[in-house]
Amino acid sequence: MSVTPESPADLSRRTVLRRAAAVGLLATPAAGLLSGCVGGGDDEPVEQAAGDKSEANPLGVKEDAPLELTIFAGGLGTKYATDVHVPSYKKAFPKAEVKFSSTEEVGTVLQPRFTSNTPPDMVNNAGSKLLDQGALVQAGQVQDLTELFDAPSLDDPSKKVRDLLVPGTVEQGTFNGKPYVLNYAFTVFGLWYDSALFAKNGWTAPKTWAEFTALCDKIKAAGITPYSYAGANAAYYQYLVLLTSAAKIGGPDVLKNIDNLEDGAWQAEPVKQAAAAWAEIGAKYGNRAHLGLKHTEVQLQQNQGKVAIYPSGSWLENEQAKDTPPGFKYAVMPVPSVTASDALPPTAIYAAAGEMYFVPSKGKNARGGMEYLRHMLSKAGAKGFTELTKVLTVVQGAVDGLDISPGLTSGNAMLTAAGKDYFAYRFDTWYKKLDDEARAATNELMFSGGTAQKFCDRMQKVADAVKKDSSIEKFKR
Amino acid sequence: MRHGRYPFIIGFLAAPVAIYVTFVLGPYAQAFYLATTNWRGVSANPEFVGLENFTKLFSDDVFWKAIRHHGLLLLALPLLTIVLALFFAFMLNVGGGSRGGAMAGVRGSRFYRVVFFFPQVLAVVIVGVIFSRVYAPDDSGLLNGALATVGLDPVLFMADPDIALWSIIAVLVWQAVGFYVVLFSAGMSSVPKEIYEAATIDGAGRAAMFFRVTLPLLWDTLQVAWVYLGIAAFDAFAIVQVLSVDQGGPDGATTVLGMEIYRNAFSYSQFGYASAMGVALFFLTITFAALTLRVSKRDTIEL
Repeated sequence: MSVTPESPADLSRRTVLRRAAAVGLLATPAAGLLSGCVGGGDDEPVEQAAGDKSEANPLGVKEDAPLELTIFAGGLGTKYATDVHVPSYKKAFPKAEVKFSSTEEVGTVLQPRFTSNTPPDMVNNAGSKLLDQGALVQAGQVQDLTELFDAPSLDDPSKKVRDLLVPGTVEQGTFNGKPYVLNYAFTVFGLWYDSALFAKNGWTAPKTWAEFTALCDKIKAAGITPYSYAGANAAYYQYLVLLTSAAKIGGPDVLKNIDNLEDGAWQAEPVKQAAAAWAEIGAKYGNRAHLGLKHTEVQLQQNQGKVAIYPSGSWLENEQAKDTPPGFKYAVMPVPSVTASDALPPTAIYAAAGEMYFVPSKGKNARGGMEYLRHMLSKAGAKGFTELTKVLTVVQGAVDGLDISPGLTSGNAMLTAAGKDYFAYRFDTWYKKLDDEARAATNELMFSGGTAQKFCDRMQKVADAVKKDSSIEKFKR
Repeated sequence: MRHGRYPFIIGFLAAPVAIYVTFVLGPYAQAFYLATTNWRGVSANPEFVGLENFTKLFSDDVFWKAIRHHGLLLLALPLLTIVLALFFAFMLNVGGGSRGGAMAGVRGSRFYRVVFFFPQVLAVVIVGVIFSRVYAPDDSGLLNGALATVGLDPVLFMADPDIALWSIIAVLVWQAVGFYVVLFSAGMSSVPKEIYEAATIDGAGRAAMFFRVTLPLLWDTLQVAWVYLGIAAFDAFAIVQVLSVDQGGPDGATTVLGMEIYRNAFSYSQFGYASAMGVALFFLTITFAALTLRVSKRDTIEL
């Protein structure tokens, strides 16, 4: 899962035709063609540009070395890069030529460049066609970012970059002990609703499961679908919520066990309880037709007042900006507690640094790539990003004094209320196969009469298969 | 006179053969090689793992699910398409009976011919997008909108695992029929008119005319159609990719090998495993084509 919304326009006629040609009947020869460069590249270390380290240039960037960036063009747009971060880098290194490109399909565009060892110097790996980050790390294609996080920050040379970040940021991008990826956007997840609609009907955000179902009954009586999500492409919004419940019931270790592929992690009691609770919501308060809809379609229905509560991340408000009618006020609540004896308080939420940025280790200017990330992590860089995208970053205090929208305000308040009780899982980016299975299993659970037991057994089976598969590198946290 | 012949032939053949070897045989060879590695698509040097990918393949539920779907497609797609196309072609060419000594189609057959052929002109993706609106699960969809006006509950065409694959087959048939109508029409028009005239004089009705005269004389064309449609049944990737819920869902109910190859290669970065699937698909397709040609072999009727 990427925490970036999938681009609504990610299916153009040409790309599908290209894929159809690549995979349909021609699959066999095409796979061969794709591999044309296998064995063509060599494992010799690429000669990288390096300059002298100094106080102003702690990473030792060669000041006239060209820098090539590839940014995902999705829900966040690309303006934050072209208008904020690139000028910031150019100002520090006026002699460097910055080559900027953006794509909706990061994987499709960059995959051949990695096989031939000619990647760009900094990549924003996101979207529905993202590169497999785990596979890249496994293949030694990703630069270790320790040096960046230990470098002095751009704003205050007496502080290291890592000390100015939200706790957990570096860990979120760590693979087997080494930080390889910068997760830049800080996203909070919860249940989104229209606070204007709720105020009009005298509804309030529920804290317990009993309050939640009672509210759903009232909403249903008002002729509105109480709770829904899009099954066609966004089932991961829902399994995120389900696992949030599991973590609240049993504590964040439930998720850690799942990530670490511990035996029986998916069959643990908290997961089962959460699945049972959500299965009931799906059966009683959902809308089966939404199994066939895409996320933007269900979100539109919420904007039209046909769906009351919708699970998503804090990008939602920006994504729906042009379809949100005036008077519709986005607000977000934490997932209600399932039992009275939950391990975590009702305010606990799923929140994580997301949106991956990494520096390829075999690019020509890896130092420049890291320096670019240092500029992104400056106060000005982070503030510019939030202004243009309405999404928080991992840089602490960057939104201070910024006039923010209702949804972002609400998300920010939820994060403050959560305190240190926020958590996240990683299995979805580590093991894409588990992500896919969780999507299908969640749809079955919520729409097609699945049971909690079936959900847990099904997930466990695939988790076991991934664990046994020697071709997939395992990660621990 | 003859000594210039070989350079001449070689001169013409060299270029196409070179292109064929480079762009068809070469990639095939590479795919076979990749199928024995655990290549993940991002490193330059894949590691050899022998037949591991294939043993994994044979115990993979999803793989067998896809194979079963191909089995169903293989039966339903050619059968439905050919039956419909034959019926339409017969009506368009012969169905109108004898007019002024020549066999003619039903009234307006030229118009129908264009209408039938129309889906063939559309790109597969456009067909997918059109049908995603036709099949939409709420009353914004063409079919469910019609059902709603008569007070019926919406049918979840793509979201109900029991009918999703059939909905896809319907689209494939809808798209393919036009081409085979034209193909069979061409076949029928090459049947000498005297045979039909003689049959008419002998008092043959439309049914007899179809089963006793047209069908036997069209055998070669039918055989070609069957092989083509069979190969199309091994594909179906594009429509599944565009139309199905969650790419081959719900829950793998519409997945096909092409979809799984795509998913394993581009989502899971398991190019080695995906290549192994590609190799399996290759052998399935070859076996199918060889079997069909063998089984349906018949003496050509001399006209």
